[in-house]
Amino acid sequence: MQTDDQLAVARASGAREMSTDAFPFRWRESFAEYSLVLIFIAMFAAMSFSVDHFFSLDNMLGLALSISQIGMVACTMMFCLAARDFDLSVGSTVAFSGVLCAMVLNATGSAVIAVTAAVAAGCTIGFINGAVIAYLRINPLITTLATMEIVRGLAFIVSHGQAVGVSSEGFIAFGSLTLFGVSLPIWVTLVCFVVFGVMLNNTVYGRNTLAIGGNPEASRLAGIDVDLVRVTIFLVQGAVTALAGVILASRITSGQPNAGEGFELNVISACVLGGVSLLGGRASISGVVVGVLIMGTVENVMNLLNIDAFYQYLVRGAILLAAVLLDQLKNRGERN
Amino acid sequence: MSFLRFENVSKVFPGVRALSGVSFEVRAGEVHGLMGENGAGKSTLLKILGGEYQPDAGRMLIDGREVRFPNAAASIAGGVAVIHQELQYVPDLSVAENLLLGRLPLTGGWFSKSRAVSVARERLAAMGVDLDPAINLRKLSIAQRQMIEICKALMRNAQVIALDEPTSSLSHTETEVLFRLVRQLRQEQRALIYISHRMNEIYELCDACTVFRDGKMIASHAGLKDLPRPTLVREMVGRDIADIYRYKKRPVGEVRLSASALMGKPLAAPATFEVRKGEIVGFFGLVGAGRSELMHLVYGARKKEMGEITLDGRAIRVDGPRSAIRHGMVLCPEDRKEDGIVAMASVSDNINISCRRHSSRVGVFLNRKREAQIADGFIRQLQIKTPSRRQKIRFLSGGNQQKAILARWLAEPDVRVVILDEPTRGIDIGAKHEIYNVIYELAERGCAIVVVSSELPEVLGIADRVVVMREGRIAGELDRERATEQSVLSLALPDIPH
Repeated sequence: MQTDDQLAVARASGAREMSTDAFPFRWRESFAEYSLVLIFIAMFAAMSFSVDHFFSLDNMLGLALSISQIGMVACTMMFCLAARDFDLSVGSTVAFSGVLCAMVLNATGSAVIAVTAAVAAGCTIGFINGAVIAYLRINPLITTLATMEIVRGLAFIVSHGQAVGVSSEGFIAFGSLTLFGVSLPIWVTLVCFVVFGVMLNNTVYGRNTLAIGGNPEASRLAGIDVDLVRVTIFLVQGAVTALAGVILASRITSGQPNAGEGFELNVISACVLGGVSLLGGRASISGVVVGVLIMGTVENVMNLLNIDAFYQYLVRGAILLAAVLLDQLKNRGERN
Repeated sequence: MSFLRFENVSKVFPGVRALSGVSFEVRAGEVHGLMGENGAGKSTLLKILGGEYQPDAGRMLIDGREVRFPNAAASIAGGVAVIHQELQYVPDLSVAENLLLGRLPLTGGWFSKSRAVSVARERLAAMGVDLDPAINLRKLSIAQRQMIEICKALMRNAQVIALDEPTSSLSHTETEVLFRLVRQLRQEQRALIYISHRMNEIYELCDACTVFRDGKMIASHAGLKDLPRPTLVREMVGRDIADIYRYKKRPVGEVRLSASALMGKPLAAPATFEVRKGEIVGFFGLVGAGRSELMHLVYGARKKEMGEITLDGRAIRVDGPRSAIRHGMVLCPEDRKEDGIVAMASVSDNINISCRRHSSRVGVFLNRKREAQIADGFIRQLQIKTPSRRQKIRFLSGGNQQKAILARWLAEPDVRVVILDEPTRGIDIGAKHEIYNVIYELAERGCAIVVVSSELPEVLGIADRVVVMREGRIAGELDRERATEQSVLSLALPDIPH
């Protein structure tokens, strides 16, 4: 009996020492935090060596351009997911704003009016999403599934199901404008990364977003205007998505009513890849940047290797699953 | 003769010794009370008995034979039934299906509901329980669901039955029904373990009791007849009860907060009360008396249908927590985990969540230096035990989380009214002290303080005045001098027996 007792005490004190020693824990945490970045760097290096034409300036710029729309919208989607919300309507908004922009442009000849109209339409869609979700308390998944269908329908209706060609030289030039050899869409995306990164980390709005996602009721009782923050998030998301739609229209010189199909899922995938929690409360801009880059790089490499587009679906899905699994492993034990 | 025996049972969790060398025995035909503060180790012991945890040392004996329960199924097979506070049932299945879950009667390989219902009806009748087995569990009261849980144990013919705070959400009459059932089980020579925080219940129901404190067994009493209550309390908390609250009389100023004819959803009648500067008013009532709901109406967290709130003689409009805070009225919610903390966020973020609207630059950009100062200041002042302000708050103990929520409101520039809903629930005695001290200090500063609590000794111990609620209305008010356990309870109980 005596020895049993002593054994228990010895075990107890051993366990206590282990838990007060925070170093292994801290180390593991920071490793987990940057594991995705490390994976991306390793992947990028491997691609650079093994895939022809991958590591060239032209290909890099092409890659950046191809992810610019996803990158922009991923920034605002990050806020949306961080606040425990969800938005499926972004793909339709991209199409609708592109079509609208092209039509207004053809009617008025003014790029400023056209872009303004498109962005205003995006704001409206976002506001409706946000207001329905926050004030009428409808599930965000259902709400944006509905607006996704409605907005896609509107895009087809206003364009009569046809692509709307753009003849304005100025507008097309806007899409291919370059600065220091880097085209405008890439600059816009970079600006988005910086602006939304600062917003998330250094503003009251960003912290409130994370608090709401972490615990909406506690946030409300702590004096945060939860509904207003949620509506704002959707409004900004609508505006940025419309801008992405305008840029896409300018790049392809037309507004396509069927543009951006599956876009919403790519954006959400990129965010989740970047460690944004679908349960809310957890997000980082560096994660989202890496998530977007991984998505873009994989697609780019598969194109370079001439892999059939059908297989690209498989690979994208597999990567998403792997990323979520990694995330699960990282958080194992934390959830208890 | 002992039926269930614990010998030197120990259990260690990282950083905590949950149980160390606990030995006691429960006889057949005995209701054995387990007493102790939260975190004393009672629940850990039940989880070991239920096969959820494995003891690190020591052994359990049932009927003289050593038993090991590597999982819950083994414990059930060993004739043990542990009925937890959170009941385990499927709300949208019928009583019969819940009772027979895992052993549903089949006819020709197919499940037949009518057969299950008839089997269940037979069994229920045999146990003397009057319930329709065909209705869904969702439609039953909490007490009836608990009854089903006990019936499940009886159907397995469990010889050891442990109940973890079964009356915490029962009304008075429901409690009586439960007691009858427990006494019947005692008559059948089963061994019963009964956990409760309510001294009265222990004395009324139990034959013997064992007291736990900080994971250790402090005392085991074979009989309760000659055991004075103060002794039991001293064993539980480790000191005399008078000395826990350290109440000091304070000067009380003019009326600070007054609510008149406040009415909203769950209340049964309009509520009127006032709190003076420097006064601590305790709100007592049974579960469901509407105390938290009334406070939510005051705080604007619930929409009021009518009524007026006056602060320092001026009528104010409160249309949400946000505007309440602007007026200097703050609330520490009842359910810390669900409504208080943002678990994933850091201690610093949890402290600064509200006051950062003042410290931020141009109301937009965070002032990290200022936030760090505020957080570190309160961590020191309130002795919040955390490795750093960056630690996620969910890793802190309940007491330290509560202190962080208090810090959140202490950081507000002009706090006038502080509403604390169950401020010390689930908090150990040391942290309780510190929280009471903060409450006294706020009162000294002239804050009007409301403490909602289900712990009668706490209300009597710290409040200058007690407001008692019963079934959605204010039942009465008592000064500190006139507030006794008897006088408060007689106002709080809906139906006094006999």
